Amino acid sequence: MNTATVAQGPAAAAVRPRSLRAATTEAPWVRRTVIGLGLAFMTLFLFIPLVTVFYEALKKGWDVYLAAIVEPDALSAIKLTLIAAAISVPLNLAFGLAAAWSIAKFEFRGKNVLLTLIDLPFSVSPVIAGLIYVLVFGLQGWFGAWLIDNDMKVIFALPGIVLATVFVTVPFIARELIPLMQAQGIEQEEAARVLGAGGWQIFWRVTLPNVKWALLYGVILCNARAMGEFGAVSVVSGHIRGQTNTMPLHIEIVYNEYQFAAAFAVASLLALLALVTLVLKYIVEQRVKGQKREAHDRAE
Amino acid sequence: MILSRALLKRHTVLPGFDLALGFALLYISLIVLIPLSAAFLKTFTMTWQQFLDATTTPRVMASYRLTFGASFLAASLNAVFGLLIAWMLVRYNFPGKRIVDALVDLPFALPTAVAGIALTAIWAQNGTLGQWLPFKVSFTPIGVWVALVFIGLPFVVRTVQPVLEDVNRELEEVAATLGANRWQTFSRVVFPIVAPALLTGFALAFARALGEYGSVIFIAGNMPMISEITPLLIITKLEQYDYAGATAIAVVMLVTSFVLLLIINALQAWARRRQGGIA
Repeated sequence: MNTATVAQGPAAAAVRPRSLRAATTEAPWVRRTVIGLGLAFMTLFLFIPLVTVFYEALKKGWDVYLAAIVEPDALSAIKLTLIAAAISVPLNLAFGLAAAWSIAKFEFRGKNVLLTLIDLPFSVSPVIAGLIYVLVFGLQGWFGAWLIDNDMKVIFALPGIVLATVFVTVPFIARELIPLMQAQGIEQEEAARVLGAGGWQIFWRVTLPNVKWALLYGVILCNARAMGEFGAVSVVSGHIRGQTNTMPLHIEIVYNEYQFAAAFAVASLLALLALVTLVLKYIVEQRVKGQKREAHDRAE
Repeated sequence: MILSRALLKRHTVLPGFDLALGFALLYISLIVLIPLSAAFLKTFTMTWQQFLDATTTPRVMASYRLTFGASFLAASLNAVFGLLIAWMLVRYNFPGKRIVDALVDLPFALPTAVAGIALTAIWAQNGTLGQWLPFKVSFTPIGVWVALVFIGLPFVVRTVQPVLEDVNRELEEVAATLGANRWQTFSRVVFPIVAPALLTGFALAFARALGEYGSVIFIAGNMPMISEITPLLIITKLEQYDYAGATAIAVVMLVTSFVLLLIINALQAWARRRQGGIA
């Protein structure tokens, strides 16, 4: 750009300012270098690992792949993972809605404390998330003796797995709902109220339709994490084959037995789930942005 | 009724405050607060000396050094490339941009155990990438770092990206009009605007890396004193039925995370003020 201006002589350069486009973008070689570096980094750290999962899973052929997935231990792990997610996600959905309703629609003392508490599980190591439930429900824990007396099991059983999963996924849905509902304000709900609608009517007919995409978005993220959680579940599960192994735990056991193809086969199912999650996330994200813009425009 | 009378700051016509807040508080107490307090209460059964002994043995100290060191280095690399990738996604157009943008979230969506075995296979000495390197990556502290880089990338990109999108381009035009070259405009105008977000992203990636377990244990090799991370040490102690020892280390990690959480909150407040002042 500069050489072109210079070629026209100093007088022309003084009269014609550099075009704004040139002033607010980088030289083509800078652009190409940035894109090249960025893509190289992502290939190295994201794309190759993703491809490797499928490559390693199918390396020994379809028969080995299918056999690894339909073996009884793998099937029971898949079933347990689905059950744990099917319990945890609705629980966190109910919590997310309740927390978002109170935080976004009302002004109350201690709101920031509640907001911090919701975020807390994100900053706790999954291993510690498992440990604390062992301290409460384990043999030597607070309720250990009581649970034995009543012939109930939490740790090394489904309830413990669900609790650990719920803990690590508490923030997901609430965090998607709160900012959107705050941006949307309370005028529509107030109008509905004045027109005579009851609480649940307002919730089902006004609030829920307004947040449905953000809700779905939160559910998708929550579900992905719930099905893939490893550290927390690992502590409370007890690793009983065919009984308390979720898919990630099954992968670990099979992998440690050097059955790499089988481990990657089950891993490929979770990788597929991740890909579906990314696609859904991308689609829903656009809708959420739309709803946020709407709320923003209304506010102005 | 009690909740609304005690806490509400102003009158409202909307119903459901007591029910919603009551349920939310009950839930967060049962799931998060009470179990977490169990960790702290458990350490109160130890004497101060026992606590120190459990949390400062050479093996534990070595795990802190590895965990904090690798997390810091991983978050640093993430900060550099996270900013670069965010810039690339916001400012440039290239074929396949949407797919690349979606792929950034892969570490959020891919279960850590899956990432762990994939990274191990790639960086093993006979792996796709490991075979070209003169040194070992899998089963060494470098492997720990690689896994943490994978885990932390989206934190930086997704924190910086929206701020970069909101940067007022007129500011850059003004800088250019006043004679700044492109690098000066970036380093003196754009970078200060995104710096708080970048630092927040770094802190988020660092905090996540400190507690990370699933992706690391496969690639680390888990040799005591060399490539054993702190979360793994907690599990080892648990498996030896040393509940107090495991909890003591967990409390050290918890306090560290809470301090980081406070720092992150302060950074975010700073970022908001910064943005608000400019927009």
